[in-house]
Amino acid sequence: MPVLPALQELLPDRGLRPGTAVRVGGSTALSLALLAAATTEGTWCAAIGCEGLGLVAAAEIGVALDRLHLVERPGEHFEDAAAAYADAAGVLLLRPGRPLSDRSAARLTALARRHGCALVVDGSWPSPQVRLQVTARQWTGVGMGRGRLRGQRVMVEVGGRGAAARGRQVGLWLPDADGRVRLDAPAERLHGARAARPQLAVAR
Amino acid sequence: MTGSEVAAPRSVVVFSPDWPVTAALGAGGDAEGRLVAVVEGGRVLAASQAARAAGVRRGMKIRSAQTLMDGLEIHDRVPDDEARLFEQVAEAVGALAAHLEVLRPGICAIPARGATRFHGGEEALVERLYDAVESAGFECRIGVADGLVAAQLAARTQLVVPPGGSAAFLARFPVGEVAPPRLADLLVRLGLETVGRFAAVPPAAVSDRFGAVGVAAHRLARGLEARPVVARPAGADLVAQVRFETPHTVAEPMVFAALGLAERMHAGLAAAGLGCERFAVEVECADRSEASRMWRHEGVLSAAAVAERVRWQLQAWQHQQHFDERAGGVVALRLVPDGLFADPGRQLSLLDGDRESLERMERAAARVQAILGHTAVVTAQLAGGRGPGEQVVRTPWGDAHQEQRAEGPWPGRLPAPSPVRVPATAEQVRLRDAEGREVQVTARAELVSAPVFLVVEGRELAVSGWAGPWPATERWWADDGSRVARMQVTVEGGGALLLAVEGGRWRLEGAYDS
Repeated sequence: MPVLPALQELLPDRGLRPGTAVRVGGSTALSLALLAAATTEGTWCAAIGCEGLGLVAAAEIGVALDRLHLVERPGEHFEDAAAAYADAAGVLLLRPGRPLSDRSAARLTALARRHGCALVVDGSWPSPQVRLQVTARQWTGVGMGRGRLRGQRVMVEVGGRGAAARGRQVGLWLPDADGRVRLDAPAERLHGARAARPQLAVAR
Repeated sequence: MTGSEVAAPRSVVVFSPDWPVTAALGAGGDAEGRLVAVVEGGRVLAASQAARAAGVRRGMKIRSAQTLMDGLEIHDRVPDDEARLFEQVAEAVGALAAHLEVLRPGICAIPARGATRFHGGEEALVERLYDAVESAGFECRIGVADGLVAAQLAARTQLVVPPGGSAAFLARFPVGEVAPPRLADLLVRLGLETVGRFAAVPPAAVSDRFGAVGVAAHRLARGLEARPVVARPAGADLVAQVRFETPHTVAEPMVFAALGLAERMHAGLAAAGLGCERFAVEVECADRSEASRMWRHEGVLSAAAVAERVRWQLQAWQHQQHFDERAGGVVALRLVPDGLFADPGRQLSLLDGDRESLERMERAAARVQAILGHTAVVTAQLAGGRGPGEQVVRTPWGDAHQEQRAEGPWPGRLPAPSPVRVPATAEQVRLRDAEGREVQVTARAELVSAPVFLVVEGRELAVSGWAGPWPATERWWADDGSRVARMQVTVEGGGALLLAVEGGRWRLEGAYDS
């Protein structure tokens, strides 16, 4: 399942693998960004339990809203709703209200594997394939009573099982000042290059 | 009863039995006593009364029919003739009622309400209809009932089903009368052979197992409209029109335009997520005269099938010299969809043809809706508005999207990025300055003192930066016209929040990421 180019760096398969769970911690924006490329390519997605999702933000990040079903308040039927959609959607965004038991999670993962559905979990999930944890964030554009929010830089710690196990840190703009999701590094180099330029002096 | 549970509107159906036979013999032809069979694809499609009495049945092979009797006249089916000749019946019926609708050549319907009142009762209306059709030289049968399906069945036996009696009347018919063939097959195998037994299944169970098609059939079985009709979205121009530079006095060149026009009508409906129960074919002549005829669609006709009906209609009108030289020829041809209903399926199947994945999503949505209720599954659409919660319209899956509200300008709306979490009800928070006082905003949306602490759910967060406030006066025309100002605040740890202040009280409208 395709993801935005910048997010390929985060995932061992450079995309979402059907039948596996990616657990995102500390960033709803990142979990939405993981859905974006799939929806724009026409894959159906469903968000279960994500009450109060900022859908304008979702659209800005690149999610095609007409490909997204929302079950905002599944309550005690969270598993039923997730199971129903594991059978149909290409990517499921799950936010379990309370931690799922290992058995329920295994059952949902098995259903998802059988039907080729990838899981993105915003919350707790027993033994996910990939763990993406935002460890630091910084918003730019706002001063003490000036400007407006422009972009967010986050540091994502990648962990998980198998190929993802070697933990590493990736810097991301989520989004940058142009509203795109991109890797931090090239921008840093650009910034460095600018700093290395000789300072202009006033000619007398 | 909820709004969508209202009984189907009362309909009068005028049905000409053995229409293919009548058409094959032509306007002057009299089938009385003649042995006639109309065939299509090697099998009998329709037979005259005498032939039927001798044992000829629909679906019989030609050769088998011929062995039953000597002198059986075999005619090939000519759909164009059927349509052209039926226009005469439609004209006769249409003279007595507005809103005539042709279901297919041989059968047409009118809504009973207005016509009944005008003609002084259903019986009087039915009598006049018989007179009108017979004086045009055709035989017909008439049925009256709530809903088209019941009225069509009633017409076979010339019945008037009393108001509210459609469900009971339909109950004894085979389930195939309300369900499409594949579904009917399945229902029969499940032991639901009659409409009545199918109607007795609870609606939620039907939607759970058979999806949108099942729900439509089940509604028919219960004497309701197949789909709740929705209002035409204002502003959406669903009419497909083509104007001709040189007026046409013959049908043929216009027929070429019909397919493209039909595709355009479908594309327009698809973009709005709608289907139509019927559509009108309209022509406008150079002398301003117009002609219009309504055809049944039920959301199932392909563009080619719509185009065929347009061709039939144009040929019928040409035959009646509706647009010859005296009228100056046709300058515009229009298709006008009517009786709109929500049809997300058509919308997507037309866009990319991934019918199967859509059907799976529909089934999943139906399963969740069966557990949690209809409004539990929604899709979202961006709309106008200033606050982050107002810019989105959520629509239960299966309902038509509302018209998108105007694209701005919305002064006071903050530019991207937007908050990623927007609680349904904004939580009260406190914003304090260095002295611990609540931060005040003047009438000109200026801060009286600089914010230093934000208290959310009893937790105190240090404010690291802020932007705004930006005023947004909402509903200024109402007495409770609220003066709201919004402010972006960054706090220790890197989070960013959207606050709104109204009447001196701060609330948390959204979190930019968490």
